[in-house]
Amino acid sequence: MGTFDYDVIIIGGGVTGCAIARELSRYALDICLLEGEEDVCSGTSKANSAIVHAGFDAAPGSMKAQMNVAGSRLMPDLARELDVPFRQNGSMVLCLSPDDRPALEALYRRGLTNGVEGLSLLTGEEARALEPHLTGAVEGALLAPSGGIVCPFELTAALAENARANGAEVRCLEPVEALERRGEGWAVTTGRGALTSRWVVNAAGLSAGRIHGMACPDHLEITPRRGEYLLLDKSAGSHVTRTIFQLPGRYGKGVLVTPTVHGNLLAGPTAEDIADGADTAATAAGLALVRERAALGVADIPFGAVITSFAGNRAHSSRGDFLLAETAPGFFDAAGIESPGLSAAPAIGRYAAERIASALGAASRPDFDPIRRAIPRPAQLPDRERAALIREDPRYGDIVCRCEQVSEGEILEAIHRGARSVDGVKRRVRAGMGRCQGGFCTPRVLEILARELGISPDEVCKNRPGSNLLTGTMGEADHENH
Amino acid sequence: MRTTDIVIIGGGPAGLAAALAAREAGVSDLLILERGNELGGILNQCIHSGFGLHTFREELTGPEYAARYMDRVLAENIPFRLGAMAVRVTADRRVTYISREEGLETVQARAVVLAMGCRERPRGALSIPGSRPAGIYTAGAAQRLMNIDGYRVGREAVILGSGDIGLIMARRLTLEGARVKLVAELMPYSGGLKRNIVQCLDDFGIPLKLSHTVVDIHGRDRVEAVTVAAVDGQRRPIPGTEERVPCDTLLLSVGLLPENELTREAGAAMCAATGGPVVSDRLETDLPGIFACGNVLHVHDLVDYVSQEAALAGESAAAFVRSGGGETGRRVRVAAGNGVRYTVPQFIGVDRMAEAAVVRFRVTDVFRDVCVRLSLDGRELTRRKKRALAPGEMEQMTVTRSDLAEARADSVLTVELEA
Repeated sequence: MGTFDYDVIIIGGGVTGCAIARELSRYALDICLLEGEEDVCSGTSKANSAIVHAGFDAAPGSMKAQMNVAGSRLMPDLARELDVPFRQNGSMVLCLSPDDRPALEALYRRGLTNGVEGLSLLTGEEARALEPHLTGAVEGALLAPSGGIVCPFELTAALAENARANGAEVRCLEPVEALERRGEGWAVTTGRGALTSRWVVNAAGLSAGRIHGMACPDHLEITPRRGEYLLLDKSAGSHVTRTIFQLPGRYGKGVLVTPTVHGNLLAGPTAEDIADGADTAATAAGLALVRERAALGVADIPFGAVITSFAGNRAHSSRGDFLLAETAPGFFDAAGIESPGLSAAPAIGRYAAERIASALGAASRPDFDPIRRAIPRPAQLPDRERAALIREDPRYGDIVCRCEQVSEGEILEAIHRGARSVDGVKRRVRAGMGRCQGGFCTPRVLEILARELGISPDEVCKNRPGSNLLTGTMGEADHENH
Repeated sequence: MRTTDIVIIGGGPAGLAAALAAREAGVSDLLILERGNELGGILNQCIHSGFGLHTFREELTGPEYAARYMDRVLAENIPFRLGAMAVRVTADRRVTYISREEGLETVQARAVVLAMGCRERPRGALSIPGSRPAGIYTAGAAQRLMNIDGYRVGREAVILGSGDIGLIMARRLTLEGARVKLVAELMPYSGGLKRNIVQCLDDFGIPLKLSHTVVDIHGRDRVEAVTVAAVDGQRRPIPGTEERVPCDTLLLSVGLLPENELTREAGAAMCAATGGPVVSDRLETDLPGIFACGNVLHVHDLVDYVSQEAALAGESAAAFVRSGGGETGRRVRVAAGNGVRYTVPQFIGVDRMAEAAVVRFRVTDVFRDVCVRLSLDGRELTRRKKRALAPGEMEQMTVTRSDLAEARADSVLTVELEA
């Protein structure tokens, strides 16, 4: 055992990798999570629907169905332990044509088979009574009270924090370049050197096919499937209260309209297979399609209140299901984790951790602490508590981001917990997430990051190295031009 | 709970002028809440000249203009708090604010002046497709980074939108050694002041491409290029006109939005056309004792008019403190007629109006050789010839008390254009 640096190396700091790291940290194991980008939650996990699916969608018996239903059952407790925003707002699948009624009923039966609780079929009128903005085209709906919404950024960061608090190491900016069998374990070469481990977990998201190929003789095809979204201001956040899906039907695959756990309204995604997983550009056609499709089921969406649009790529596997298995000795694939991957993450974490810990014969750690406290959110506290918090630490009284009322204290805490970039701060505490999209707070966030990280302001990046916000300081020559 | 006669939310040009006017009108118990670390608001980053031609008959920089008001506020010992962000205003005029020093404080005011200013419309509001790399700034954010913090934001820039801040920043970037490749404007006319187009673009040979927009943004880490295309009469990009323009920076100057979250939460009636609250000729919202002025009321192009308007709000707030208020009597609605996008105020309380009231407005399009006509229930009161009108330039007409002497309770005063 002493010949390996770690017992388990997890490749990928998305929600899947972080959930596996957190669940593995229940055991007496040396764990290291490697993330290629500057922060966890930098790929698929940062740009998705932020939905906890009830679990009626996936084919019965599939890993997707199993993990989704189990994951959505684990989510409320996990969110409580990790102090992460989660709300069981319920979801609805709309049927927009009488012809699609049988498909809706099939979905209902599939949900029952998958073990989803509380499902019911509604008429169009019943659906509109619950959600007054549904269109007249709605013929019927499947109601799933166990559907929920969660903050994927905070969930992922919280899983990583909790794993770290329980002894796991999290290393960013370490993309895996090579992987080879070394004795009874693996040698992992990253951009920064070589590490050895008895087990390796492939949770590399869009790169999972490449990592799989380094360890296994067979080919795993992962296709980036782009999804584009529109995010609306909080003024539109109560346009619907449940997550509103559309039944795939005569209008093709529908898009969802949902409140987010922070009170915005989200519409999307499109689904388009693309060649380059790093390409998360939004397109005019895609965004137009989101508007058009969303409006089929939900009327009067105030698209004038859009504050940003974005795209994310899902890791679509040609195998059609999550791949969760030891596919080479000591190599565990958690690959092809597309939707409902976020919902499934708590269950995937457990599933993988139990198998790996058992193979390694690892004992539970008696001192495992499942609790992680969120960064204080003074704007959500009652006045008296907010006042007390600021008295205790005045930095919580210095508002940096006006739109989301984020204080300097919160930003400092985000940096303390691992944010290294403007986006890292934004994902942890929402500075720049609001209606002005960072117009006011970016200069101050930049200044705080430079100060706290002990770097020059022009070294501060939006996210990855190379995404520097500034090109120099005045009074000095511009580095490149002179 | 602490009480104060007048709380002024915002210590920019509007808040300062309102406070001074209220003090001149005899109210001594004032409090200015400023969220920034100094008074003066956005003027502090506007280091170019061109301010104060109307008010002081000389050309000042933004900080100089602000200093004229700040000096008087200091001389008058008007209390202010810095780093103090108002987070709640209630219809019964309780103002809650957050600051490092005081934590969370609530003040019961007898009158409130809203002077929070505006914010810039972000990229997302336009749904510009493309990637989301570093190097995309709103013009005001870039202005702050350069003029307050002393940083360089980019080497080669494209500017989308020809609002005044965008035009000013085109010149500013050029003077700092960056290359501004072009300014693209979606509309067939610029939303900025003519003098800024001449002094900031023409003088530096920067092309202004009207009826053009940015249809794509390229680059993963930092902007590498943007695609600019011509648009048709419906503002839709015309296929085949796309041009890829290499650059590392995209500045957005695509509109300003009055920052009225507090106003809305307080329950004030809002005007869709201005994005600000509905106000009377005394600049009082429909919540008695709550007044609004400056860019939170409607976006201005000249600070001089902000100061004038704010002085009226300050006087009105002082009058409210002295003798109470709320609108009583005949309430004439001011309507934006043909060619007029909005008016401020939206109504005039005829029975307690001053000798005259200024009606400010913006037009919907570019017009040449037209008349601005003011009429009461169809009966013409005044008309004024105009050589040229543009949406980027705020206009004003004056209506006198005698003009409205005959008004009924439901009369309508219409501002409109006639050929």
